[in-house]
Amino acid sequence: MSKELIRLRDLTMEFDGERILDRINLYINDHEFLTLLGPSGCGKTTTLRIIGGFLNPTEGTVIFDGKCINELPPYERQINTVFQRYALFPHLNVFDNIAFGLKVAKLPKEEIAQRVNHMLEVVSLKGYGHRNIGSLSGGQQQRVAIARALVNQPKVLLLDEPLGALDLRLRKDMQIELKRIQQAMGITFIYVTHDQEEALSMSDTVVVMDKGRIQQIGKPEDIYNEPKNAFVADFIGESNILDGVMLEDYKVRFFGRTFQCVDKGFAPNESVDVVIRPEDIDIVEPENGHLVGTVTSVTFKGLNYDIIVEFKGFKWLIQTTDYQPEGATIGIRLNPEDIHIMHKSEYSGMFGDYSSYSAEYDELTADAADEEE
Amino acid sequence: MKRNKSVFLSVPYMVWMVIFTLIPLGVVGYYALTDPDTGVFTFDNIKNLSMYLPVLGQSVAYSLVSALICLLLGYPVAYYIAHRQPLTQKILYMLVMLPMCMSFLLRTLAWVGLLQDTGIINNLLGSLGLARVQLIRTPGAVILGMVYNYLPYMILPLYATLVKIDNRLIEAAEDLGCTPLQTFARVVLPLSVPGILSGITMVFVPAVSTFYISQKLGGTDTVLIGDLIERLFKQGDNPNLGAALSLMLMLLVFICTGIMNRFGGDEEGGVIV
Repeated sequence: MSKELIRLRDLTMEFDGERILDRINLYINDHEFLTLLGPSGCGKTTTLRIIGGFLNPTEGTVIFDGKCINELPPYERQINTVFQRYALFPHLNVFDNIAFGLKVAKLPKEEIAQRVNHMLEVVSLKGYGHRNIGSLSGGQQQRVAIARALVNQPKVLLLDEPLGALDLRLRKDMQIELKRIQQAMGITFIYVTHDQEEALSMSDTVVVMDKGRIQQIGKPEDIYNEPKNAFVADFIGESNILDGVMLEDYKVRFFGRTFQCVDKGFAPNESVDVVIRPEDIDIVEPENGHLVGTVTSVTFKGLNYDIIVEFKGFKWLIQTTDYQPEGATIGIRLNPEDIHIMHKSEYSGMFGDYSSYSAEYDELTADAADEEE
Repeated sequence: MKRNKSVFLSVPYMVWMVIFTLIPLGVVGYYALTDPDTGVFTFDNIKNLSMYLPVLGQSVAYSLVSALICLLLGYPVAYYIAHRQPLTQKILYMLVMLPMCMSFLLRTLAWVGLLQDTGIINNLLGSLGLARVQLIRTPGAVILGMVYNYLPYMILPLYATLVKIDNRLIEAAEDLGCTPLQTFARVVLPLSVPGILSGITMVFVPAVSTFYISQKLGGTDTVLIGDLIERLFKQGDNPNLGAALSLMLMLLVFICTGIMNRFGGDEEGGVIV
């Protein structure tokens, strides 16, 4: 891709002795759509606020276009922000909100009017210029906030959970809209979200963060297919994570059985985490299975059934379109490419066991995460 | 029919209002429109008010100047308080309120003690070998008294408005290229207009009708409308004229609050007077 635009070097942030960011190293290319993804409290918003200039890092540097901008105040940075819950000016109408940055820059009136009207069209709000901010719906306010930032033609647009307050359908529409705007205007987007689906569908690059550290950087496909540790595997989609031993290249042993796999480069007999995605598992007759287990619960999800299957005391989540009744004995087959091997990490053993799985519990925790931050 | 029942809860105050506000107001109106000697209906009192226009003008001028000084002194303080930690805010808020816990008369008398010719300030100047200065019985002393007494009424509504301004709006302004000064002019100031208006009203209204401050701190020529009303009633000269003057003052206050509410009416955050 194109040239590097922003580099974060050993970025560390501490509040009251608590380490929020721990040596973040990251570069962002021009025209890239990069997403900082992680649970609340992982440091993604803090990283964004440091790039925007609203926070000063305890240590480390922010380099923009080859120059250190640590000391540059927000109003001198060629960066604009779409704030969480928009932060539109309540005393100005839609037009004046969008025109705000251009008026501060003292542009000629005709140019301001022309650019604002153009932006109103880009965000599909033509004819809304005279409206009060308070009279707009959440989605419309969201689009005003995007227009207000983009009209200044920044080099970089920072977006802090911009779709968090919208309902699901509107959020899907806006995801497509944002991606379209980003490509049309050729602006670098740095996007913060805790929604993994949003991150995967919109980004060129995903940065997965937890506990103030970067866990993995990569293309959406790579992050999903080759998670680096149990945290990433669990946070990005559903995963069954098992203890295994890498016997030699392409051979892994778990559940008392040796499987062919596609991974190599591990030490002989190294203890590893084995990731198996629930949608990759093939259900077969018990006599043909690599493993045989009992279905303990079935949940209809629309596209598929989520079934929990117990193998030797360990519960797996399997996603299948074939209905399996509770109590049924089934066999499963694992193809070599369905088995992903990871080195052991501090997250080993914390994720990937569905023993306590319940669909309701899952939704509850997702809601709780939405309300934080 | 819940609504009908709740009417009864307001009966005690309604009765209070009729006895102590509406009836006295009627009496004032009656006095204002009758002849002092014969008790016959007349507009003479109203017509005679024109000779007091200079006093009225002086009252308005003193009050407006005081309100403006209060605004200039109060705004930075309110801004400062609004941007402190929550605990510090509470303490500073208490400190602003503190003078209001003391008697208004006492506070004004304390200024007499400070400012008078043989008062603390002049004695201090004298003991330093400096010339004594005329402090009391000057227009400045009256304005000082007004500012001192009514400053909290300016700070509190300003603080209430400023503390509610979302910090993200300030960040958004900086993000869009505003220097701190531009952020203030383009975002903070416009959003605090309701607070400014209610602060000015809350200083202006009591200041324009005061009589004690001007009597104690002002000279013989600083006669305010409140002094005049007091004189007309207490010295028994002409209560009818005093009543007419009171009505005019009330009208003035109504007009002022009306103007203020009109400008700040549809904004949020202001304290409604």
